[in-house]
Amino acid sequence: MPLKWVFHGGVSAPHRKNTAESETSVLDIPEKVVIPMVQHIGAPCTPTVKPGDTVKVGQKIGDSEAYVSAPIHSSVSGTVTRVEPMLFAGGNLVMSVEIKTDGKQEVYEGISPPEIKNREDFLKAVRSSGLVGLGGAGFPTHVKLNPPKDKVIDCLIVNGAECEPYITSDYREMLENPDGIIEGIKLVLDYLSIPKAIMGIEDNKPKAYKLLKEKAQNDNRISVQSLRSRYPQGAEKTLVYALTGRKIPSGKLPADVGCVVLNVNTVAFIASYVKTGMPLVQRRVTVDGPVVNQPKNVLAPIGTSLQTLFDFCGGFKSTPYKVLMGGPMMGIAQYSLETSVIKNTNAILAFDKKEGDLPSEWPCIRCGRCVEACPMNLLPLEINRLVLANKIDELERYHILDCIECGSCSYSCPSKRHLVQSIRIGKDAVRRLKVNRN
Amino acid sequence: MENRLFVCSSPHLRDNVTTQRLMLDVIIALIPSTVAGILFFGLRAALVIAVTVSASVLTEYLMRKGLKREQTISDLSAVVTGLLLALNLPPSIPLWIAVVGAVIATGLIKQLFGGLGQNFMNPALGARVILVVAWAKHMTTWTEPFVDAVASATPLSLLDATTTATPVEGSVWYSYLDMFLGRVPGCIGETSALAILLGFVYLLIRRVITWHIPVIYTGTVALLTWILGTDGLFTGDPLYHVLAGGLLLGAVFMATDYVTCPVTRKGQIIYALGCGILTVLFRLYGNMPEGVSFAIILMNIVTPLIDRHTIPVAFGGEKRVG
Ligand code: SF4
Ligand code: SF4
Repeated sequence: MPLKWVFHGGVSAPHRKNTAESETSVLDIPEKVVIPMVQHIGAPCTPTVKPGDTVKVGQKIGDSEAYVSAPIHSSVSGTVTRVEPMLFAGGNLVMSVEIKTDGKQEVYEGISPPEIKNREDFLKAVRSSGLVGLGGAGFPTHVKLNPPKDKVIDCLIVNGAECEPYITSDYREMLENPDGIIEGIKLVLDYLSIPKAIMGIEDNKPKAYKLLKEKAQNDNRISVQSLRSRYPQGAEKTLVYALTGRKIPSGKLPADVGCVVLNVNTVAFIASYVKTGMPLVQRRVTVDGPVVNQPKNVLAPIGTSLQTLFDFCGGFKSTPYKVLMGGPMMGIAQYSLETSVIKNTNAILAFDKKEGDLPSEWPCIRCGRCVEACPMNLLPLEINRLVLANKIDELERYHILDCIECGSCSYSCPSKRHLVQSIRIGKDAVRRLKVNRN
Repeated sequence: MENRLFVCSSPHLRDNVTTQRLMLDVIIALIPSTVAGILFFGLRAALVIAVTVSASVLTEYLMRKGLKREQTISDLSAVVTGLLLALNLPPSIPLWIAVVGAVIATGLIKQLFGGLGQNFMNPALGARVILVVAWAKHMTTWTEPFVDAVASATPLSLLDATTTATPVEGSVWYSYLDMFLGRVPGCIGETSALAILLGFVYLLIRRVITWHIPVIYTGTVALLTWILGTDGLFTGDPLYHVLAGGLLLGAVFMATDYVTCPVTRKGQIIYALGCGILTVLFRLYGNMPEGVSFAIILMNIVTPLIDRHTIPVAFGGEKRVG
């Protein structure tokens, strides 16, 4: 079906979905896992275990009183060896729990399917499952599903766009667990009384599109839509617009236009949790990149180190120069291979110097390519100029806070200017300025 | 000890278009016009081209060296400037004037303002305008194509003459075909519409520019010259105006200069309309036959103003709810 609403801008980044046909392999249980207490947007968790404790799979090891947070569970059975700040994927130190595994993978006794009778039970169950958005930023799902009373949600958007190069973790879920996805969608629609769901899949995944369309047939609340393959199609704002024609106002959330957006893996997990009661302790990670010997999709316990995953994929062809968590457009460069897979890690990628190096900047020639590429209609070249000249007070006129940091501007710049990089700095400065003003 | 990993902020992937490649594309797009110029005006034209290109590159090299700045000649923009300047000069121009032009374009207009991306007007056009004012006679002495003889008039100056009461004695109108092919007197690169259009198509295919500025600019000129004909409203000859003089070369290659035109589509439309209106005003009511250079340069100067007033509304910023 042709799309009615096509977002402005974006870039046709290369797809490089090398692992699309790689069926998920299950990782051998690693010797140890390091589970950080921050795996979501919101309040960090406090560890509920101490060194020497024995833990089992699915046992809670961290929680927080705060509403915007999600509990964290052990992904293995074994003994807690350390509870202290350790290097985190973001490059900072974060309180983490290290567990030496015993290889038995004994399941925690308390695990049983949750009893759900109504909306409240459902939201509580989602929170206890430790679920956070599995596609992107890692926002706690129960918070998303429970917007303020005055915001009426009439549409569940299911994100199967997966527009970042390399990553096929959502794609594999769609091929390997389509029934789970549909099941999860139905649960959300039922318990939250949302009348309809629209699922969007980029047109570079025709197999997944056909399969899901077929599976969705016998529920007329669910429709499956093919999306134009164009980065950043899967960003919340562009996705909601493409599927509903609704524009999320500047500074607002999908709930403000009656939508809630969940990733395909996220909805599928809801279905599996409701059935088994096993919290979020493992996830599928795409391991790829030009220096990886055997790119694969791997099902790994949360807390597995990147090194372990790369070893499982045959190691490196040559010394990696840059390692990313996430895709090449928005992923985070890693300081060390000791950092661990967390709940929202959809890919880890390793690059050589040729692909991974930062190109040097040339002067802006005002070619307007960044303007053409910006899905938010901004003028990245002007924002870049103002940030470099430290003219922070002028930045708001250029709507800097609307930038979704998709990186399309930097991607398309022929002078290789570090546009979004400077915009991030500018955003921080503008926020600080705003705080000072008040 | 583990190898150190390189860390930087995303995106970690860049398109393979480079500034240098874009400049190279412009040079390639100018090949048909260059070849046509040499074909019609002989080796003399080739000499002018060689002189301005080398003078422009050398000026850039020496200026960067003198100002102790990083060398930039490899970005090819100095070649583009030199080439565009040559194509905007009469074939008989004394070579020393061509050199002065190249120094003004690259040294004064481009490098003194900070180099590529910083100039506020198109370097080649700016230099051409200064040359026209300073050496008016040399800049308006034309050569007949194929023969090394001084021409009486260009298609445009003929037009200019007919608007006054006394038409030039014995002058012949140039046929559309001659003008389309370029068999008429004029600047080296401006006479052949065919060659310019070939370049235009190349630029479009390579996505170096979009159609907006050239088409709107030319369209505006055509429409206005048709309306404002000499024998009353709607009696003009738009085709003649489009083919004569430097309009096509200006619209395709000069008005679209990234650095000196607006960056948003809306801004570009305003700018192209402005270029068109000014060109017609200069051509029909000014005292020089050609108005393209002046029109584009004026619009170059107001470009920052246009940009400031066409800041796009951010996505979702139109209808604020809640
Ligand atoms: S893409 Fe790069 S060179 Fe082009 S206008 Fe934007 S910042 Fe300038
Ligand atoms: S300015 Fe922001 S939203 Fe626009 S392309 Fe750049 S990163 Fe994306």
